[in-house]
Amino acid sequence: MPLIEVTDLRKQYGNRVAVDGVSFTVERGEIFGILGTNGAGKTTTVECLQGLRHADGGTISVLGLDPAADHTELTRRVGVQLQESQLPAKLRVREALELFASFYPQSADIDVLLDQLDLRDHARSYFGKLSGGQKQRVSIALALVGQPELAILDELTTGLDPHARRETWQLVEGVRAAGVTVLLVTHFMDEAERLCDRVAIFDAGRVVATGTPAELRESANASTLDDAFVSLTRSVR
Amino acid sequence: MSTFTKITATEAKIFLRSPFMAVAGVLLPSILLLAIGAIPGMTKPSDAAGGYRFIDAWVPSLVVISLAMLALQSIPAAVAAYREQGVLRRLATTPVHPANLLVAQLVIHVVVALAGIALLLGLANTVYDVPLPKHPLMFAVTLLLGVVSTFSLGLITASIAGTAKSANGLAMLTFVPIMFFGGVYLPRPLLPSVLQRIGDYVPPGSQPLQDTWVGTGVQPLQLAALAAFAVLGTALAARLFRWE
Repeated sequence: MPLIEVTDLRKQYGNRVAVDGVSFTVERGEIFGILGTNGAGKTTTVECLQGLRHADGGTISVLGLDPAADHTELTRRVGVQLQESQLPAKLRVREALELFASFYPQSADIDVLLDQLDLRDHARSYFGKLSGGQKQRVSIALALVGQPELAILDELTTGLDPHARRETWQLVEGVRAAGVTVLLVTHFMDEAERLCDRVAIFDAGRVVATGTPAELRESANASTLDDAFVSLTRSVR
Repeated sequence: MSTFTKITATEAKIFLRSPFMAVAGVLLPSILLLAIGAIPGMTKPSDAAGGYRFIDAWVPSLVVISLAMLALQSIPAAVAAYREQGVLRRLATTPVHPANLLVAQLVIHVVVALAGIALLLGLANTVYDVPLPKHPLMFAVTLLLGVVSTFSLGLITASIAGTAKSANGLAMLTFVPIMFFGGVYLPRPLLPSVLQRIGDYVPPGSQPLQDTWVGTGVQPLQLAALAAFAVLGTALAARLFRWE
């Protein structure tokens, strides 16, 4: 049974259809990428997976749970890193981790987590004083502190410099190596190509292609995932 | 430690690390009391104040200042900032309901408000011989209603403000009238009687506070009005509340 199974998901805001019949599955242990331009329906889909929004149609199963009905149980088993989510500026890194650890029935060892994410030297720093890359690492640490089975990482490397991006990619590979399934939302093709086992390409609220990055390149007869993405999403317009 | 206690302790630390509100909430009413007390004539009985001393009339208004700042400005700004920064949304993805954060903020602000009021009363009593409340129990009940009703007005602002900046602007819609009717800008005995009467019924209840204080007996309708503000305000805030 897949870890995530989405069938014919629909969601609209007023007259605007944000998600228009999306289906895909994610297997346990995968790094699965959701790719698309801004407004393609990625974030809405992920918010439905988390139970933050209720779908207008279709079915969702995450870890065998219905996100809308079993929201609390789901939150115990899914770690989330949200796009552009901040912490209070005057909260120290270790305090943030300790606070979030107290939310979960079984939390990770905070010292180990600080080491893994190279935050040991910043444990006493205020969140507001951290660099973009450091904030992002804290955000990933918070997503992992509850020892989740699934980590949802949204726009993980947006705003990071090339070094920080590569370090973050290594982290994600480390997370998967530890047995966590990763759902990665991104609009960076190089990131998807480097990290993802399989991707779903979103365009205008639909999934226009699913497969490994190599399969997608091949089917679009393109040399890079970037080219494949452009030709796949353009054909729908 | 329970999760809620942990959240409250963490929020209290954050609150005290930007100590302006904490210091202002606790000390400002007392500092103003000392400043007013230093003005000649304020501590002598005056005909314009109906035979009372001006300083006696000012004390309830100083309670209003402290409550209005904490309830109508500080809480909305804090909650709106959390909404703006995505903290509430982030919390919604954990097993802990974001409402815990709001209640923690309320607890902290109420504690600061009560500390400020206690200091004010102590100082007014020891320095200016303003007598302590004659009906301590009724005073406590009235104060509780006053605190809850004022905070419920603040929660309405906190519910709808999308950013900390807009919270500051929106807060003025409640802050200025509450300060005005509470006799902060002009002592209540000097307000036109119509405005005085309105002031009798709005949070935080300067008139019933004063009545229980001097022991003239409180008007039940005024307490009922405060309770109505508290219930309707909280209900409206809950209805308007947005996590993002």
